[in-house]
Amino acid sequence: MARALRAGEITSVALTQAHLDRIASVDADVHAFLFVDIQGALAQAAATDAKRAAGERLSPLAGVPLALKDVMTQKGVPTTAGSKILEGWRPPYDSTVVANLRANDIVIMGKTNMDEFAMGSSTENSAFGPTHNPWDLSRIPGGSGGGSSAALAAFEAPLAIGTDTGGSIRQPAAVTGTVGVKPTYGAVSRFGLIAFSSSLDQAGPCARNVLDAALLHEAIAGYDARDSTSINAPVPQVVTAAKSGDVKGLKIGVVKELNGDGYQSGVRTRFEESLELLAKAGAEIIEVSAPNFEYALAAYYLIAPSECSSNLARFDAMRYGLRVGDSEGASAESVMKLTREAGFGREVKRRIILGTYALSSGYYDAYYGSAQKVRTLITQDFDKAFQKCDVMVSPTCPTTAFTIGEKSDDPIAMYLNDIATIPVNMAGIGGMSLPAGLAPEDGLPVGFQIMAPAMADERMYLVGAALEAALLTKWGAPLLSKIPELSGR
Amino acid sequence: MSSLSRDDVANLARLARIEMSEEELVSLSHEFTVILDAVARVQEVAGQDVEPTSHPLPLRNVFRPDVVLPSLLTEEALSGAPAQEESRFRVPQILGEE
Repeated sequence: MARALRAGEITSVALTQAHLDRIASVDADVHAFLFVDIQGALAQAAATDAKRAAGERLSPLAGVPLALKDVMTQKGVPTTAGSKILEGWRPPYDSTVVANLRANDIVIMGKTNMDEFAMGSSTENSAFGPTHNPWDLSRIPGGSGGGSSAALAAFEAPLAIGTDTGGSIRQPAAVTGTVGVKPTYGAVSRFGLIAFSSSLDQAGPCARNVLDAALLHEAIAGYDARDSTSINAPVPQVVTAAKSGDVKGLKIGVVKELNGDGYQSGVRTRFEESLELLAKAGAEIIEVSAPNFEYALAAYYLIAPSECSSNLARFDAMRYGLRVGDSEGASAESVMKLTREAGFGREVKRRIILGTYALSSGYYDAYYGSAQKVRTLITQDFDKAFQKCDVMVSPTCPTTAFTIGEKSDDPIAMYLNDIATIPVNMAGIGGMSLPAGLAPEDGLPVGFQIMAPAMADERMYLVGAALEAALLTKWGAPLLSKIPELSGR
Repeated sequence: MSSLSRDDVANLARLARIEMSEEELVSLSHEFTVILDAVARVQEVAGQDVEPTSHPLPLRNVFRPDVVLPSLLTEEALSGAPAQEESRFRVPQILGEE
């Protein structure tokens, strides 16, 4: 698309309009979008076309439309984070990610659905109803960024932004047959990202192929003085790596603990097949062990709720968002309690209460304190393994997409989805998921996860590009060409 | 085995400023018995000798130059306010009657 735009074969306005038409046709079934900014998108597209006509030098993705996860503020555009407590809120400022997208003339078409405040693995926790997986509308599109992944798979948008706290970019990518990347923590500014768990949250690119993801990665990453945890170093050469795909002599470590029991047979088949293709491409496959990964899930479900109980205290009904029970003589405390009761969904309340407990005096050391120690152990596991290999790999998720409603009454079963993605967030390193094919038993997409050391994000793109090229040769066409046609309306 | 009673949950909900129905208090206390059992596993390996990690980046005292930059206008800052009065946020009563 970017090439056709550069060659003048199509305008950004026409390209954007085509995607807006597609959204109008299929989104009643998919429900990937919470808000479509038709006027804003077409205005931005027209401005980009004008710049191109005037001969201005534009960025590689200029004029290409994108879907933005609704957890990112965009000035004047409704931003809810999937919660009733922010329904109708129009932020008075742009997040840094949005500012960077604008600087690259990437057209923002609208805001995508998500689990409320990014808490979930299925997008069923959105206060505005679930998103449906375009491969099978009765199934979940992953979460929390299910809207972004579904929009890509449904051809409603060629690019999307996600955020990843425990797998919210990679798991949706895996179950929809798309590419999603969680960069090294601090690579992309969190300014304007509505915080869930500040030490784990990281925004990243979602796309239908590795090179598009790399181009988007380069567009949004970089140092930002407004985020004190932003990394002040050059962005890794991800585009160069994605164009190269040369893995000769690269050591790929298969994580022993992220395979085997609990992983669906078709997931394992596709994973093994991908390893063979990478070996054929010249990589050396070895096994590495990470004994403490089995504690990652438990530690995550203490750290993330603890941080969220603090972060979500800002929704106090005073300065923005919902306010309930503000009658004559009502106290501020009673207004806060009633607003938070009405505004937060069940999973959010569950996590706030859990976090409040884990941080409370007398329990802090046993829960939050112990979880922080596990975090150290996981980071040490990664450090040791990366002495033996250049990247680590695993299936992205233990299973393919499950049915909507199947796990919503069992929080522990739901949390198990993230078992392979969480260690990356705990250590603050990079992780990518790309499609490895369809599971033979159910015909649904399987994700292959690549993990790279902090600040070496380019290695994921190198391996991702190599595997993608080998799979494309094998299949003859991209995986998404096999997706069932949506009927549309 | 750890567990939380209905009253424990009620106290946490009060601390977190969330009103909760009786039904929600009871069902959450049941769920927490299962969830706490699962997360308590962290204690198995969290020995005395392990340093805790609060953050993935080893950052310390990040400063930026103290330069005045444009900030939100009053109208912008108030644009999402549930209630306002004389260019200020109007909030419910904070102090007691007495």
